[in-house]
Amino acid sequence: MTETTQTQEAIPVRNQWWDVWDQFKTHRGAVIGGAFLIFITLFVLLGPYLWQVDAQKLDIRNKDMRPFYVGLISDVKWSWSRPLGTDHLGRDIMANLIQGGQISMAVGWTAMILSLFLGTLIGVLAGFFKRLDGILMRFTDLVLSLPLLPILLVMMLLFRDPLRAAFGPETGIFILIVSGIGITSWMHTARIVRGDILAIKEREFVLAARSIGTPPRRMITRHLLPNVMSPIMVSATLGLASAIITESALSFLGLGFPSDFPTWGKILFDSVDRMASFPERVIWPGLCISLTVLSVNYIGDGLRDALDPRIRGL
Amino acid sequence: MLDAAPSKKPLVEVRNLKMHFPIYAGLLRRRVGEVKAVDGVSFDVYEGETLGLVGESGCGKSTCGRALLRLYEVTDGSITIDGVDIATLSNSDLREKRPTMQMVFQDPQASLNPRMTVQAIIQEPLDEHTTLSTKEKQQKVYELMDAVGLNRRFAGRYPHAFSGGQRQRIGIARALALNPKFIVCDEPIAALDVSIQAQVVNLLEDLQEQFGLTYLFISHDLSMVRHIATRVAVMYLGKIVELAPREALYASPLHPYTEALLSAVPEPDPSLEAKVERIILQGDVPSPANPPKGCNFCTRCPKVMPICREVEPQTREVRPGHFAACHLHEITSQPAGKTAAQEANERQHGE
Repeated sequence: MTETTQTQEAIPVRNQWWDVWDQFKTHRGAVIGGAFLIFITLFVLLGPYLWQVDAQKLDIRNKDMRPFYVGLISDVKWSWSRPLGTDHLGRDIMANLIQGGQISMAVGWTAMILSLFLGTLIGVLAGFFKRLDGILMRFTDLVLSLPLLPILLVMMLLFRDPLRAAFGPETGIFILIVSGIGITSWMHTARIVRGDILAIKEREFVLAARSIGTPPRRMITRHLLPNVMSPIMVSATLGLASAIITESALSFLGLGFPSDFPTWGKILFDSVDRMASFPERVIWPGLCISLTVLSVNYIGDGLRDALDPRIRGL
Repeated sequence: MLDAAPSKKPLVEVRNLKMHFPIYAGLLRRRVGEVKAVDGVSFDVYEGETLGLVGESGCGKSTCGRALLRLYEVTDGSITIDGVDIATLSNSDLREKRPTMQMVFQDPQASLNPRMTVQAIIQEPLDEHTTLSTKEKQQKVYELMDAVGLNRRFAGRYPHAFSGGQRQRIGIARALALNPKFIVCDEPIAALDVSIQAQVVNLLEDLQEQFGLTYLFISHDLSMVRHIATRVAVMYLGKIVELAPREALYASPLHPYTEALLSAVPEPDPSLEAKVERIILQGDVPSPANPPKGCNFCTRCPKVMPICREVEPQTREVRPGHFAACHLHEITSQPAGKTAAQEANERQHGE
């Protein structure tokens, strides 16, 4: 016994994250989703260096060009220098997709993380501290019952100019949009998290931790949060999608980013009225949004499985 | 492990412990009453002994055990463990006191966090109360795993990968991590297979010898309590009805409830089994929210007397070290009265 244990101690314990990675790899959708997300992130980040066309340059003579795959099979105006065509002002669609992607991804991720943070915080506080439960949940109901778009519009009207003055036009609007989306979309996460915390709080291992003398804050980080990871992960993946889409809706209403500032959602909405003659202008940004959202969904799925020791089979 | 020597010093003194849970009802959620889960319990646990706490489901055994470690805010009474009254201690002082008293839980599945490895589970008390280095903690966890008979190789695994008995060993190792003096075992064997039960109980006995532990062993398994306990307390509806050294209790129970409880223990020999006379209690346990007037057991007692429905019996030492709360034995002080009362009682039943 002693001999075996001696050798046991010599072997370093394998890092748990390797097991998580091994499980993650077995989820094919998650791996494909991860690869696509890396691809699209690199595409929007490195794109400007590889495709050095100014997205905002107006080129009226070359307006309404069709993409190369249409040009190759039929007789329309197209050029290899504008592979995905141009819009009605002659702006390059490819360059717009790259620049718009940066904004959309940044807005999506930041707003999602903000709403997730708020939702988890409020959910955990409401679920764990009985005294805060009533007040926090009624507040959640209150925010939930507010109509989202009018609120955002009012926020834009009230805070747009001061923020622009303070942080510059682009950063100001970015902060406004991200916080606007973040603080209007945390409620579902909060409700789900609260429900789960209420259930887990009554489990015996929490009682065991109390008998050890674990203080509430470590009880939350050590015992409660790891056990509500799955619902948080699911609402995170859904949150990213809805953040990107809400941003598009705001841009569509003319209250998002300024008109010379493309986002995927805005490119999409700008092109809707001429969709029949130029389908590529909606297809590409639409594909970008839905594939990004889909890949994040799959990654969330895979991560949820990989982080659950029961599924990991250890 | 000898029968309790009264000269021993009590480690835990419980006096008039009450644990009432409020009931809220109606539109305004007003307090309409309370569930008297534990209603005025007093007992001592001597150093190095095992006090068995038995009773049927819902009689308040587990609540009593949990209140003892102040996992609930007690309604009334005092709990003195190792010289300190923990019932009124402030939260920070209570935290300092936690290492002396630990608990082993009933359901080993539920009492281990499914997201933590065995290493992390056993290490948690060390993280909370010691300033050991990571290496020292690791070493201590290995030692604890050896002590409860778990292979060191399992340290990196998660609870779901273990059998019930192994999980209970993990729970015991966690309880031992801080070298406690007093451990409340809350039905530690109820969720286990019979073959595993014996292993775990033997492990608990070995550990008691090794570390000089004091147990409060909560169970409804009377034969197991007979095996492990030095003294046994019987609870009924939030009260202790009888408290006696093991042999005395099993040989000559004083309280009618204890008699009924003991008569329900199965007899393995079928030829003897046929001859066993069982006392079958009628009816159900009354609701602890609305206990009967007088003696709690008066609604089901086979030896009930008129006084039982009126006056609550006081706990008294009927024989040395043998306490009971029953009107039958209040009259026993005078030997002549005893027979008279019993005769009267038997006559009542005969009719």
